[in-house]
Amino acid sequence: MAHNLALIGLVLTGLSLIYVLYRTIAGNPVDRRVVFIYVALAAGLPLFMDLLPPVTVTPDVQALVDVLEELPPHSKVLAAFDYDPPSAPELQPMAVAFFKFAFKKKLDVIIVGLWPQGPQQANDAIATALLDSSVMAAGPIYGEDYVNLGFQSGNEFVIQRMGSGFKAMFPRDERQTPYDSIPVLQNIVNFSNIDFVMNFSSGKPGTIEWVQIAVDRFGARLGAGNTAVQAPQVYPYLRAKQMVGLLGGMSGAAEFEKALSMPGNGSIMLLSQISTHAIVILFIIIGNTAYFRTRKRKND
Amino acid sequence: MPDASPIGIFIAGLLTLGIFSFLYKDNPVYKVCEAIFIGVSAAYWAVEYFYSALYRKFWLGVFPPAGSGVEADLLLWGGAILGALMLCRMIPKINWLSRWPLAFIVGATAGLYMMLFFVSNAMKQIESTMQPLIQDSLLETLGSFTIAIGTITGLIYFFFSKEHKGIFGGAAKVGIWVLMVTFGASFGYTVMSRMSLLIGRMDFLFNSWATNFGQMF
Amino acid sequence: MKREIPLLITSIAGIVFAVSFFIPHWPFGDAENIFGDWMSVVSAFAIWLGMFNLAEVSLRKVIRKSEGWNYALIVIGSMLLMLVIGFSSVYHAINTDTPHMDPGTGLKWMYDYVFSPLSATMFAMLAFFVASASYRAFRARSLEATLLLVTAFFVMVGRVPLLDPILVWAGITDFAFFSAVADWIMTYPNAAGQRAIMIGIALGITSSSLRIILGIERSHIGGDA
Repeated sequence: MAHNLALIGLVLTGLSLIYVLYRTIAGNPVDRRVVFIYVALAAGLPLFMDLLPPVTVTPDVQALVDVLEELPPHSKVLAAFDYDPPSAPELQPMAVAFFKFAFKKKLDVIIVGLWPQGPQQANDAIATALLDSSVMAAGPIYGEDYVNLGFQSGNEFVIQRMGSGFKAMFPRDERQTPYDSIPVLQNIVNFSNIDFVMNFSSGKPGTIEWVQIAVDRFGARLGAGNTAVQAPQVYPYLRAKQMVGLLGGMSGAAEFEKALSMPGNGSIMLLSQISTHAIVILFIIIGNTAYFRTRKRKND
Repeated sequence: MPDASPIGIFIAGLLTLGIFSFLYKDNPVYKVCEAIFIGVSAAYWAVEYFYSALYRKFWLGVFPPAGSGVEADLLLWGGAILGALMLCRMIPKINWLSRWPLAFIVGATAGLYMMLFFVSNAMKQIESTMQPLIQDSLLETLGSFTIAIGTITGLIYFFFSKEHKGIFGGAAKVGIWVLMVTFGASFGYTVMSRMSLLIGRMDFLFNSWATNFGQMF
Repeated sequence: MKREIPLLITSIAGIVFAVSFFIPHWPFGDAENIFGDWMSVVSAFAIWLGMFNLAEVSLRKVIRKSEGWNYALIVIGSMLLMLVIGFSSVYHAINTDTPHMDPGTGLKWMYDYVFSPLSATMFAMLAFFVASASYRAFRARSLEATLLLVTAFFVMVGRVPLLDPILVWAGITDFAFFSAVADWIMTYPNAAGQRAIMIGIALGITSSSLRIILGIERSHIGGDA
């Protein structure tokens, strides 16, 4: 019922744009608040629909998944969480899928954060991942299979300092357990003991700093999930093989979920993403149609 | 905090709607929410930095718990003294002392950035651009040419010491086109990002908040 | 002393971090580690200075009853409330060896139900303004603007399954055409443009850093220095 109503609502919304086109061409563009209503409808209505759009996994996402799948059980993976709640719709689905995969595959995950909110977002992602019965069955144990070392201030200087020893920057985990007493951290001194670094980033400090220091100076292997705003900036690093793969924005999250066969929020919300893209494209077309009509009229 | 969640979700919903009310026009409800956001954010960051840097890093470093087997790192006092000097900025008579920690931050950042940017963002990128142009497939070959020509002409566009005329001007023109394609790609991704954030809030309002609202009333 | 000592500090700190890149051993490697630890501690004071500054500006507004003083009062009130709740959670964490943001703590409650929704909604508002700008200002007025617009179109269409399922359904292509185009744009022309910008910025940062370390650039220690 809700699905059909939402679908009808979307179709009517699309049709009503003809009136917006007519008004704009007539030189009477609609108020910005009307545009806001269209955007709200495009983002909100698909949330009531139970339709999973077909997702194509792009090479950058597949490359990252391939590297993750090649990691043997008990590989040491450093998961750096450098984002805050505003970026959660894009990055949280990636983080949840990552934890589901890591726990099922018995990877040893070490969580750190250069943003104060990062380790908290990691805890929320773990809680969501553990709701999955197959993940729960794997039975990840805190301290033995994963650990959250918390946030440390100092931005890129933290990564720099970690190069000589993780313990210097994170002497205790977030539960105040000393570094040396945590089983999963045994024999981990610095980046040379880490098999893979997975970074979730929405700005600075984030992926760029991890590339510059952890990869280029200390030789780590890095994969990243970025907000869509940041993703275009890291493509040169991807081309230069300073990163093994990249998940960009919510569509990157949906592709990651598909590649790992772990559908989640990224896939569910993709329909809203599609409809909002459509509405922006239609508004650009309407605006430009009116512009060219007006210019032609003036030239005549 | 028993039963905190329903009240919490209810308040979160009201705050969300309060911020969104700006879309109609600037109004007192939005300004109240904005003021709460500023105050709460500042204090949140202060608490987090106090806990991670001043307590976990400095205090436990200088005064390690008895029996932990960790030696006191007295050198951390250097950082604390520099930090304390920064607070001198609020005392007019000795506010010049705050330049010392600032000088330390600027110097350390300059030293680190000089090497990092030169290696990762200049040398590695130049190295990656200097690759064979002919690749296995036509698309990849076209891509290699695009990378080489695009990077060089883009750099030429940013070279303002020579007037953009003749062949140099033509190359700069191509550079502008490459940059426009880059900005177009960034715009497309920005739309994607901003819409994702909105979808996240919509999901909260329609699912968590509306469901909770129905249960509460 | 007001001028020479900051310049000396800048140079020493800069030289240590730059040289330790090549000599990561005593004395540069050790000094780099010590300075790295100091940066962690100093940055906390910088954040606190910012908060004190905000409190001072807001308080002055309230005392003088200048425009918007009532909102400044809310800023101070919410700041104090968050500080009290935050420190009580931190105090609890220190005494019980638990995470300071454990479920059930006041700080976690404020994070989940006040800080997160406010910050997330603040940024979500940008979606509306991007759409409005697309309608009102995004015009193909020149070749450059058209290039930007066409690229944006292909990226927006290609990064989500918007037109590809229709093309496949209609039998026009048997693969995700727009996804492949968007991918090519991102991997080649976008990477080329970003790389040009990146190299330009890198060279600028390198030369500026050198000027700072050598004491040629002194604006950070005050205009009169």
